[in-house]
Amino acid sequence: MTEPLLVVDGAGKRYGTRWACRGVNFQLHSGEMLAVVGESGSGKTTLLRLLAARLPCDEGRVLYRMRAESAAESGTLTDIAALSAARLRWLARTDWGYVEQHAHDGLRLNVSGGANVGERLMALGVRHYGRLRGEALEWMRRVELDTARIDDLPATYSGGMQRRLQIARNLVTRPRLVLMDEPTTGLDVSVQARLLDLLRKLTEELHLAAIIVTHDLGVARLLAQRTIVMRDGRVVEAGLTDRVLDDPQHPYTQLLVSSVLQP
Amino acid sequence: MTTPTNDSPTASGVHADHDYNFAFLDEHTKKTIRRTLLKAVAIPGYQVPFASREMPFAFGWGTGGVQVTASIIGRNDVLKVIDQGADDTTNAVNIRRFFTRMTGVRTTERTIEASIIQTRHRIPEAPLSEGQILVYQVPMPEPLFRLEPRRRETTELHALADYGLMSVRLYEDIAQLGAIARTYDYPVRVNGRYLMSPSPIPKFDNPKMHLNRALQLFGAGREKRIYAVPPYTTVESLDFEDHPFQVQRWQHACALCDAPDSFLDEVIVDNAGRRLFVCSDSDFCAGRRAAGWRGSGCPVEPLRSGGPDCKKSVP
Amino acid sequence: MTIGQPMLRTRQLAKTFTLHQQGGLTLRVFSGVDLAVHAGECLALAGRSGSGKSSLLRCLYGNYAATHGAVEVRHEGQWIDMTRADDRTVLYLRRRVIGHVSQFLRVVPRVAALDIVAEPLRLLGVASEDARRRAGDWLARLNLPARLWTLPPATFSGGEQQRVNVARGLVAGPPVLLLDEPTASLDAGNRVVVVDAIRAALAAGTAIVGIFHDNDVRRAVATRSLDIETFAASA
Repeated sequence: MTEPLLVVDGAGKRYGTRWACRGVNFQLHSGEMLAVVGESGSGKTTLLRLLAARLPCDEGRVLYRMRAESAAESGTLTDIAALSAARLRWLARTDWGYVEQHAHDGLRLNVSGGANVGERLMALGVRHYGRLRGEALEWMRRVELDTARIDDLPATYSGGMQRRLQIARNLVTRPRLVLMDEPTTGLDVSVQARLLDLLRKLTEELHLAAIIVTHDLGVARLLAQRTIVMRDGRVVEAGLTDRVLDDPQHPYTQLLVSSVLQP
Repeated sequence: MTTPTNDSPTASGVHADHDYNFAFLDEHTKKTIRRTLLKAVAIPGYQVPFASREMPFAFGWGTGGVQVTASIIGRNDVLKVIDQGADDTTNAVNIRRFFTRMTGVRTTERTIEASIIQTRHRIPEAPLSEGQILVYQVPMPEPLFRLEPRRRETTELHALADYGLMSVRLYEDIAQLGAIARTYDYPVRVNGRYLMSPSPIPKFDNPKMHLNRALQLFGAGREKRIYAVPPYTTVESLDFEDHPFQVQRWQHACALCDAPDSFLDEVIVDNAGRRLFVCSDSDFCAGRRAAGWRGSGCPVEPLRSGGPDCKKSVP
Repeated sequence: MTIGQPMLRTRQLAKTFTLHQQGGLTLRVFSGVDLAVHAGECLALAGRSGSGKSSLLRCLYGNYAATHGAVEVRHEGQWIDMTRADDRTVLYLRRRVIGHVSQFLRVVPRVAALDIVAEPLRLLGVASEDARRRAGDWLARLNLPARLWTLPPATFSGGEQQRVNVARGLVAGPPVLLLDEPTASLDAGNRVVVVDAIRAALAAGTAIVGIFHDNDVRRAVATRSLDIETFAASA
């Protein structure tokens, strides 16, 4: 068995006396998708921020396996709290992706789609306009965006298109770990279906490891092999997605599952 | 070294104003600013905060540049002050008169005679030499300001040399307009490290900053920042490999001195809209005329639709 | 049919549901199940509706959590207890060792029937083109018209969906196969085709556990039967 890409060891975050999330443990390997399911206030978004080093852990650790120097070696599992700001910024631009729930957090709305996709490359020192544009076109194609819109501002895109643009913007540096905060929430149902399909395809093609925060159990079932259920900052249940959804053990999970409307 | 006082006559023979300390600022302030300047010189292109003093004129009129000049000027210096290349514009006249009154030092319009040149919005055409100091007046020292107004953010971006934001802006210009649109205050990378605003000089002047023999100092009074480019420092204008940096060129030569490659001002001369193109650098133009060069002196016909006067070419 | 070594077995397997939404009501489905299925044999689970056949099958797949006991599968000469294995191991076993045909096709939006069937092969590392070709072979064998192969099954009839389901379960030829009503909603002709496919899998040494409502089908494929009702938890 290969070694884990991400190890979460008792991670917790506190605001005053209240623990927004606490005692979270799991591992993630390349090519695996984990769904974090819960309702508002469950702590799932806080957890995501801890994993992305946007918040420091008050308890526990988040360990990430850095890229190895050569293909023969495996990288070192490193506590992200020990990384410098410069290193974290570099990771956030290369190895990690973060797809935000709201476009204004995840995109630059005042520059074109192409500039959004090319930004990471520019930050890494790519200085050839033609090449930047070429990469932007390629990734827009891969996320099924109309390439004719490359010079349009994302403010003119629909919600689904903005989401796709975010995905392209993150994937352009081929990250190994992608965190997604409610990737389908707020989109029309048909748009959701297409986006989910795209996410499935891309994660398989690129062998991504992904953590998807969602309140939608259907999204968890479709995308993730494993699911953890959070409530009031704690993980109340964890396991294979189909097991958690078809045979929920914890009272809260049973409540969630039974509350979902079936069409 | 003794502190200059206001009792003895100065080299120019003009008595400075006895109610004020030499160069207006008190000695402690000068010392503070000199320390700031040392730090700025030690870290080329890095904006050093300083406690900008109240000057007897408003922000936006060169208080930063004046504070820098006031901190470094000595009795034996020769001062030139220009604004948009000319010695006789309002701003230049006032600042020159201010320093005459506050220091009594000799002033000049000849670039090659000056030891300190304070400038707003231009670099003199004549190449500078070792020992000269060019002091720029800077309104907004932060090159990223329009893209990221938050000071806390830009501080971090500079610390991490994270300048993707500026590249994004340049990319966007090319995507929307076909070329990088900035023609003044064109961002540069100093010593391969810090992104710097060269102040609102035309991009035409940017190449002059590169490996300049003189010391270049920048003062922003309202924003309270000082920065510097030591002599022989690399200063590179941002561009893309396939969209390299270009300066402006004119189809016309100077109407007065016939200079083919200086920065030209366009002057409307009559109600029909006829124009004269003349050197922006008044000293440079006067020098050429003194050497016998003569321009055509003829106004250019008004612009019809189409045909720009300014064409782009590689420097 | 030659019966080979045991491939899947349970030890004192029990399943009880606790319904917290109903005040903690417990439903004891079965307990004390010991079974073993061998390569080349088909074990049919028998019992009336509601007796727990489907629940047992889901426990074997790890879709339901075992309340008590063990579910062990043989892989590369070793027995692995699925009830105690970590998630990654179970996922690995599901990819390589235990196949599953559920009662209804769970429809993934927008994915073509051919790609649904090809997926188990792709997960094993088979090249995309090759996987699709073999998927096509199975769909042809199950008489799914070629014009449907590039369409998502959401609009297919029940019988068409079920054939996609069966094809997906069999395409990778896993050593162990769990079948939950594989011929439901199929007409007589297609039932025969599925029966033939199951028999071919048995002949190739697959160990099969299945639920077959249709008596003819059960008679055609089952080597032996297990009556769940004998394991019903006493009231």
